[in-house]
Amino acid sequence: MLDTLLRILALIRKELLAILKDPKSRISLIAPPVLQCLIFGYAATYDLNDVPYALLDHDRSAVSRALIARLDGSGTFTRVATLDVERQIADIINDQRALLVITIPYDFERGLQAGTAPAVQVIADGRNSNTAGTAQAYVSQIVTGYAADWQNSHGQPGAPVRMTTRAWYNPTLETRWYMVPALIGTITMMMTMMLTAMSVAREREEGTFDQLLVTPFRPSEIMVGKAVPAMMIGLTQSTLILLVAQLWFQIPFSGSFAMLYLGLFLFLAASVGIGLFISSIAGNMQQAMIGSFVLLMPFMLLSGLTAPIGNMPEILQYFTLINPLRYAISITHQIYLEGAGIRQLLPEMLALVAIAAVTLPFAAWMFRNRLT
Amino acid sequence: MTPAAPVSPVTARTLHKTFRRATGETVKALDDVSFEAREGTLTALVGPDGAGKTTLLRLIAGLMKPDEGMLDVLGITVADDPQAVQDRIGYMPQKFGLYEDLSVQENLDLYADLHGVGADQRKQIYPRLFEMTQLGRFRERLAGKLSGGMKQKLGLACTLVRAPELLLLDEPTVGVDPLSRRELWAIVLKLVHEDGLTVIVSTSYLDEAELCDHAVVMHAGKVLAQGTPSEITAKAEGRTFIIETPKGMPARSLQARLFQQDGVIDAVPEAGQVRVVLAAASEADALPLGDGTLQHHRAPARFEDGFMVLFAAVAERTRTSTMTLDQPSSQGSGAMAVEVQDLVRTFGDFTAVDHVSFQVRSGEIYGLLGPNGAGKSTTFRMLCGLLPASHGTLRVAGADLRTSRAEARRRLGYVAQKFSLYGQLSVDENLDFFASAYGLRGRRKADRIAWAKQQFELDAFSRLPSGQLPGGFKQRLAMGTALLHEPDILFLDEATSGADPIARREFWGRITALSEQGVTVIVTTHFMEEAEYCDRIIILDAGRSLAEGTPAEIRAHAAAQDGRQPTMEDAFIAIVETSRDGRAQQRPAG
Repeated sequence: MLDTLLRILALIRKELLAILKDPKSRISLIAPPVLQCLIFGYAATYDLNDVPYALLDHDRSAVSRALIARLDGSGTFTRVATLDVERQIADIINDQRALLVITIPYDFERGLQAGTAPAVQVIADGRNSNTAGTAQAYVSQIVTGYAADWQNSHGQPGAPVRMTTRAWYNPTLETRWYMVPALIGTITMMMTMMLTAMSVAREREEGTFDQLLVTPFRPSEIMVGKAVPAMMIGLTQSTLILLVAQLWFQIPFSGSFAMLYLGLFLFLAASVGIGLFISSIAGNMQQAMIGSFVLLMPFMLLSGLTAPIGNMPEILQYFTLINPLRYAISITHQIYLEGAGIRQLLPEMLALVAIAAVTLPFAAWMFRNRLT
Repeated sequence: MTPAAPVSPVTARTLHKTFRRATGETVKALDDVSFEAREGTLTALVGPDGAGKTTLLRLIAGLMKPDEGMLDVLGITVADDPQAVQDRIGYMPQKFGLYEDLSVQENLDLYADLHGVGADQRKQIYPRLFEMTQLGRFRERLAGKLSGGMKQKLGLACTLVRAPELLLLDEPTVGVDPLSRRELWAIVLKLVHEDGLTVIVSTSYLDEAELCDHAVVMHAGKVLAQGTPSEITAKAEGRTFIIETPKGMPARSLQARLFQQDGVIDAVPEAGQVRVVLAAASEADALPLGDGTLQHHRAPARFEDGFMVLFAAVAERTRTSTMTLDQPSSQGSGAMAVEVQDLVRTFGDFTAVDHVSFQVRSGEIYGLLGPNGAGKSTTFRMLCGLLPASHGTLRVAGADLRTSRAEARRRLGYVAQKFSLYGQLSVDENLDFFASAYGLRGRRKADRIAWAKQQFELDAFSRLPSGQLPGGFKQRLAMGTALLHEPDILFLDEATSGADPIARREFWGRITALSEQGVTVIVTTHFMEEAEYCDRIIILDAGRSLAEGTPAEIRAHAAAQDGRQPTMEDAFIAIVETSRDGRAQQRPAG
């Protein structure tokens, strides 16, 4: 038992030395996660801040001007052009100068006064469907809000139902609150999977794996010795991203750190398992590289971060069950934003345990039994 | 017609070239090198690894510029117009760029395309290339599936496809079996003698240099001597003797003893006896050889002897290449260290090892010999538990290492063909890791690491990343690592390939010392003369065992040639040829 432990410690030490000895590789493990987190924190946001729009005001009344003032004053919309005729609309959209063109009809004021609900037209550039959709919804919110206010102040009966929304856990519905915690899993998965996928493949390619296999190391010991350093590096990277989220983006953390690190530990075990799984099958580094890219891309896209898993075709929903990132993102969101406890997280944590429990032993078995 | 003064295709005057290593030190790759290669002759650049042979060839090919000196190739100053030179010469580097996924024919076509060889020329040259290289039958075979020797022939054919005026070959026969080596040299000699091509070839096989017109002996960037092979050989004239081995003593033990004597420049086992080269001709009788009963007689000098005389003058050599284990191996002699019964290994429909059986007794040095692709390495990997056998049984130290518990592996040491320690880790870090891997700890671990560093003279390199060690020291570190835990059985796969003659003698000195202390040693090698160091050898070809026995028994397979004893290489070629003929005859009948 002591022998086993000492052997594993020697292997862990050797792995860490090999990874961290070179200053360049030390930096490449620390700088990219922090940079990526900063970049994605700013870039990957669905919030609209500066939507360029063009205006075609046929009505030119006091009421239409008041509506325009409300649009311009929203802080979200920037008027880039004021059009005179309808045929200008096509050009300004095609050149991508404006994302939206808002047309106020001739009878806007009269319509309001008559209570006939005049139609404000919004033309959006559908080439960017996400942004266009959000912007349209925002415009309609402003316009209906304006109309309701106008009706109120003019003694007309308002709409019979009025909706009030309150977003829990992210009161201002900032995408960043959603995105940055998800990066903890996403970025570290990329790094740890690549690191482990390369590790055995590199040793096979350089012949050092044979040298390792003729020593008294058992496959399970090699597996542990390879997994632990990668997980240590993964946890360090997670911590860095967590620090960026809290110190730089100041996203409030509502859960327990112990719970978060338990989740991260299980998640890293699962993704290191998949990395070693790839590495144990690959004959050389190139195959390992391709193998991890082939898996990483679907893992990212089908993690539920960019598209809700519930919207996916059923067969893909089953695939997401073996995707550790799916659980990691869900677990971090629940802990970070909701402060969820173990009872709520148990099923997802068990799923991660299951992934690690299959991939790690398989990789260990393949170390010795891969036919070469 | 008056013949003009012969213009030499290559004239080099006082060439210098220095490199800077990653560690900051500068290395003189070429130091005041001058030589001339005459039209239609074969020039050999001879010397150990790191002598500067490859650098010189690359300068001639215009791939690098000299720091100093003058270099004219085909009447052109290379540094001024390398492209003009490259258009007219053929250069085959050590690792020729064959495309392994293309067939033989496709590779040839590719090189013809690259060099702009037209369809008419191809019609002329292809049949000749195929006839010369005997590759005609394998046109459709993928280059990756060719044997090492055939790959080199194909590389040569690709180099010759545009009919160069000067041919540069960089170690064309490294790792090629003796049979293919002879065939390759037959091609080169034919090109020189029949076509009048000028060829410069670099080699570390000293017997090959004997075939050339002009030999340039190099060491550490300097030219030690140059001249015809017989001029080099003459340096050892009158100083070479064959000393008969007393009964009951392995030739290698006598050789090890002689090699350490002052006044002995070189000693190698040869045909069961020991060939020595003495520092001075008169010393033969004065040699303090034990009780003075050793019989000796003069022998004609060989190129290698002359080379060693030149070498001894400049190269330092450790005479104490013996080594002592802390605890001599405890296994009783006579017990079986390795037993292999009816071993088969197939890959798909290819049989790499075909019903091979042999046994190795404790304390023996056992050699696996054979051409590339004979199944040596596959057998080796199965013995070490790195590959499962398809059929048959094997036991190493009483256990099948593949299925045995990890503890059984503690009894063996393994040195791979390629340097396979962690290149980015320092010497100390590698030793420390492998010591821990073998379960050494505390005081004993420190002692063993100190032992390895002292025995293999690694102290100066403690903190150097092992990947940056000079070639010979990588080998030493690999051996030191494999011996840290004092294994009973040591496996050495092609341990001496690429090592210079001095390093190889030191290596075998160590092996002999280990064996004398009871360690069983199993080696593969393609240097046939190294079989002389073994107690018993097995010869493999195409996965089958062709012969097994003591070196003397194996040598008996070949007839004596021109009055001299057959060498191991003669025997090897005789055995392989007989076997291949036999199979060729069986085929039509079966």
